[in-house]
Amino acid sequence: MIVKDLDLNVKIGSLLLKNPVMTASGTFGYGEEFENLIDLNRIGAIIVKGISYEPRPGNPPPRVVETSSGMLNAIGLENVGVERFISEKLPYFDHVDSRLIVNILGDSRVDGIEVNISCPNVKKGGVAFGTIPAMAAAVTRAVKAETDQPVIVKLSPNVTDITEIACAVEDGGADSVSLINTLIGMAIDIKSKQPKLANIIGGLSGPAIKPVALRMVHQVSQRVKIPVIGIGGIATYEDAVEFLLAGASAIQVGTANFYQPKAVEYIIDGISRYLQEEKVQAVNDIIGKVQINR
Amino acid sequence: MTEFQENSKVIDCRSLTRDVYILTLSSPQIAQTALPGQFVMIRVSDMDDPLLRRPFSIYDVSTSGEILILFKIVGRGTRLLSTLDPGDSVNVIGPLGNGYTLHPSGNACLVGGGMGIAPIYFLAKKMNMAKREKSNFHVILGARSGDELVPLLDAFNKFDMQIDCATDDGSFGHHGFVTQLLDPVLPNVSQVYVCGPTAMMQIVAEKCLEQNVCCETSLETHMACGLGACLGCTVSGADGQYVHVCKHGPVFKADEIKWEK
Repeated sequence: MIVKDLDLNVKIGSLLLKNPVMTASGTFGYGEEFENLIDLNRIGAIIVKGISYEPRPGNPPPRVVETSSGMLNAIGLENVGVERFISEKLPYFDHVDSRLIVNILGDSRVDGIEVNISCPNVKKGGVAFGTIPAMAAAVTRAVKAETDQPVIVKLSPNVTDITEIACAVEDGGADSVSLINTLIGMAIDIKSKQPKLANIIGGLSGPAIKPVALRMVHQVSQRVKIPVIGIGGIATYEDAVEFLLAGASAIQVGTANFYQPKAVEYIIDGISRYLQEEKVQAVNDIIGKVQINR
Repeated sequence: MTEFQENSKVIDCRSLTRDVYILTLSSPQIAQTALPGQFVMIRVSDMDDPLLRRPFSIYDVSTSGEILILFKIVGRGTRLLSTLDPGDSVNVIGPLGNGYTLHPSGNACLVGGGMGIAPIYFLAKKMNMAKREKSNFHVILGARSGDELVPLLDAFNKFDMQIDCATDDGSFGHHGFVTQLLDPVLPNVSQVYVCGPTAMMQIVAEKCLEQNVCCETSLETHMACGLGACLGCTVSGADGQYVHVCKHGPVFKADEIKWEK
């Protein structure tokens, strides 16, 4: 039997996505970098590189280093700033039939906002906002007061209890939480005896962090009512389905975009095949359906 | 610029020396459009470890849709690449980056050191085809020893160019650095192209800047994507602003880069 009219739609607050697969901020440039390698129109939502008010040059090199089944980065939020983003990067999306989510600003073409309170690589802002529940709630409230767009708050795993931060952000009015940002890590060159990153420490991403991310997504989805977006080492459709079963309403693909620019397409196709095999008509019907017998 | 992603069949993978290899891949779309100085990102295995693609300069392309990669085993990625057999396939994205600017007229010098000889060979081939009668092209090649250099020389000998060689250990050609061989050539050329270890490129770049000779250098850095998305492959531009090797380069004019003091 073939399941007809598979339904991949999911909702993040008031934002309807045609499928639950997004690109994670900082791993997909401003979208246009990938136009020759993937059909951008198929993506559930594109989250572009974090945009700050002023342009930021980022950290000194070396900024990336490969680790076992993962990588460390300390880019330091290099970006063109809000003015150049609006004048140079945003018009490109007029011709892309995908939801566009940006960090911290609103505009007619923008469908949602993801607030990064969890970057491990910048000195000011990110980390403190993301690790103290009251501050996380205050930032959320401040953003909500300025926009009608759905607000997603991106959480740091580098905390004692991520569910506490998630609840605080929910109380602050967030429409959704996305997790996890990178785990703070380090690598040393044993010949030069120097850290491999100029920033000394950086954010660990890739398949290596998937089990940690999956555990946190599961815990948070048990505690909050708002939709949870799963991030962390998702590279295949099997990974994506694990996160959906754990309680994520949608997922973001990050590091995999770097080594497999078609990863998002493969994952969307794979989820459809999985639903067929499981004879499930709507992706919403597998969200949170992990079976725990005890 | 359009880049392609191809599942490329391995046509040949042969060793030139104990740790230097030439890999021939069937990549028709990349072969058709690649320019000297451009690079490809190769996924050396389908496994999660090693995770990232590796960047390689294009050494040559064939009219039958093949690209050739010259590489030395320096780590796990290149070791895996060296174990490929004909019939295997690897995923390749390219051609990436900007490539050298070809000036078919005037006199030019091409300088390649170590694995930096790869794009210099592709460039020499293209320049040899475009060569005007009055132009003189000079090639200077360097390597650690003759074992590494001699197997690459034959291919250059086909070209109508003067070739000088230097080795660190003196086992072939001049005992010393390519930069020493450049000094007598520099007054007679209007353009220098260089690829090799950063220290070597810096000396070449500084000599050219002193004598007002145009110089194009091809930089190498760690990079995660090669597409301008990860922003990992940063170097400092001459104006102090960061530039990205994958998108703004890998070829830069010598005066566009802030060379380390």
